[in-house]
Amino acid sequence: MVKNIKLIAVVFLVIVSFFILLKGLNKTNNYSPNLNSSNIDFNFKAKFLYSNEETTLYELINDKDFSLINIWASWCLPCRDEHPYLLNLNSLGKLNIIGINYKDSEVNAKKFIKELGNPYSKIVVDPSGVNSIELGAYGVPETILINNNSKTILKKYIGPLDDKKLAELKMIIKNEN
Amino acid sequence: MKIKILVLTIFYLIGSFNLSYAANSEKVDQISKNLRCLICQGQSVYDSQSDFALSMKILIQNKIDEGKNDEQIYDFLKSKYGEWIVYDPEINKNTVLLWVLPLILFVFGGILILRKVSIK
Repeated sequence: MVKNIKLIAVVFLVIVSFFILLKGLNKTNNYSPNLNSSNIDFNFKAKFLYSNEETTLYELINDKDFSLINIWASWCLPCRDEHPYLLNLNSLGKLNIIGINYKDSEVNAKKFIKELGNPYSKIVVDPSGVNSIELGAYGVPETILINNNSKTILKKYIGPLDDKKLAELKMIIKNEN
Repeated sequence: MKIKILVLTIFYLIGSFNLSYAANSEKVDQISKNLRCLICQGQSVYDSQSDFALSMKILIQNKIDEGKNDEQIYDFLKSKYGEWIVYDPEINKNTVLLWVLPLILFVFGGILILRKVSIK
């Protein structure tokens, strides 16, 4: 009898661990934070790319109803791919697109904009990457849609924009209006 | 003699400079060892050389310079990146099993041993 119980316990344990591991297979290991709960520090200070003045996020997002914060760098290849999408979004005229130039050289950043066009209404620089971390960002490229009136994050994209994300962004803006 | 004194002073200055520098970054090391590097998972911020981790270390240094204590820095990062960024999970309904299970196993094991001893 005792032997039976031991055997049953072992079999039970193996089965349980099998199902736990099986379930774990379908789970992605990449963690991304709860996007809605991450809050933004609007006192964030940064310098403009085209002038030496300092500004805060409060001043940056006072234009229009929505702001789109885009973190980019000239050395970042996916940023090059997503640039047409930003130009497209800018042509809607409903968004105040703010660029944060992440760990970049001034010369290269300006060259990038000159070459590919400027979708941004304002560009600030983040040479040490600290400002991006204060925004809760991972790296480049990253895009955050903010409702300027309620000062809340509506959507956050880690990685480059694509057709699907563009459509989704347009949808959100339409619905919020 | 004068040269000797000069050399000694220089060594002393270098030494004290290193010491004060090390004291600061040691604190950064200590905090960054408890942080998970979110883009290179499996590594701590301390171990990683990714852009994310490097910026994080600068940020921690800035916060220390501002006079923030460890707890405030952890809380700040948790508010930005969520609980996942710290290696030390808090007790909540998702992690209660994680914390309680070892205790249960410990007590259970203790009972088993006691029973075996008393049977003998």
